[in-house]
Amino acid sequence: MIGQALSAGKYAAFVWPAYGVSVLGFAWMIVDTLARAHRWRRRVDRLERSKEP
Amino acid sequence: MFSALANPLRFMAFSRWAAPLLGVLATGLIGSGLWLGLNAPPDYQQGETVKIMFIHVPAAWTSMLAYACLGGASFVSLVFRHALADAAAKAVAPLGAAFTAIALITGSLWGRPMWGAWWVWGDARLVSVLVLLLLFVGYMALRASIDDEARGARAAEILALVGLINLPIVKFSVEWWNTLHQGESIMRAGGSTLAPVYLTPLLLAGAGYAAAFGALWLERIRAEVWRRRATSLALRAALA
Repeated sequence: MIGQALSAGKYAAFVWPAYGVSVLGFAWMIVDTLARAHRWRRRVDRLERSKEP
Repeated sequence: MFSALANPLRFMAFSRWAAPLLGVLATGLIGSGLWLGLNAPPDYQQGETVKIMFIHVPAAWTSMLAYACLGGASFVSLVFRHALADAAAKAVAPLGAAFTAIALITGSLWGRPMWGAWWVWGDARLVSVLVLLLLFVGYMALRASIDDEARGARAAEILALVGLINLPIVKFSVEWWNTLHQGESIMRAGGSTLAPVYLTPLLLAGAGYAAAFGALWLERIRAEVWRRRATSLALRAALA
């Protein structure tokens, strides 16, 4: 099953770069989204803590 | 449901569990779709390049879904002046650009062995999807280029609404013009012409891409809500 899944014959030079681009695209979207959410959430927490007397 | 979620507090409570749930769903759907797709037999015409279809077509569908969301959020923001709709519009543009770029690059990698060309300027489908990418990039650039955030948002949202005209052009380009790109084979009158051995993994991957888009969009809206909250808190602290 794995052998068949990974077999792209003479088109491997086109198939695997296409999968590579998709993986990179998803990786960028996930990392950028989570980093952005983490950064702003931490900033809000810090500002709210500094507001407390 | 949408009016309930228009309240930022309710939206944050909802998206806190909905985003990870959609992420898990996306992982399962994309994983099973790609596993079935990669193990499907080579197509009698396309050979093993048919494996590119399971990542190219869902990316193209999701890019159009993302633009419809950008248009919808921009409309609500412009007409009702709703801050969460504006945050949603701002959050969706980078995702839409990424999915469109993936669709264009994977399509090009399929086109080279099948058509003998990486790109064909005379093909209406290819050019209209490139215009879609330029609309996403233009939206982000216009928004970022105006110092006044509210004015930048208005200008970008008008551009997004004008760009909605491109969606039917992308969808029907293969019917309205003679294109190298193959015609509609899935969502067509009379049913799909695709064999079930390809159609099932394609639909699974398509649903997975949509779920991944939903998860990422919700999380980016949350980040934008926090950014605005941080800006407002910092301003209040500076004035105190």
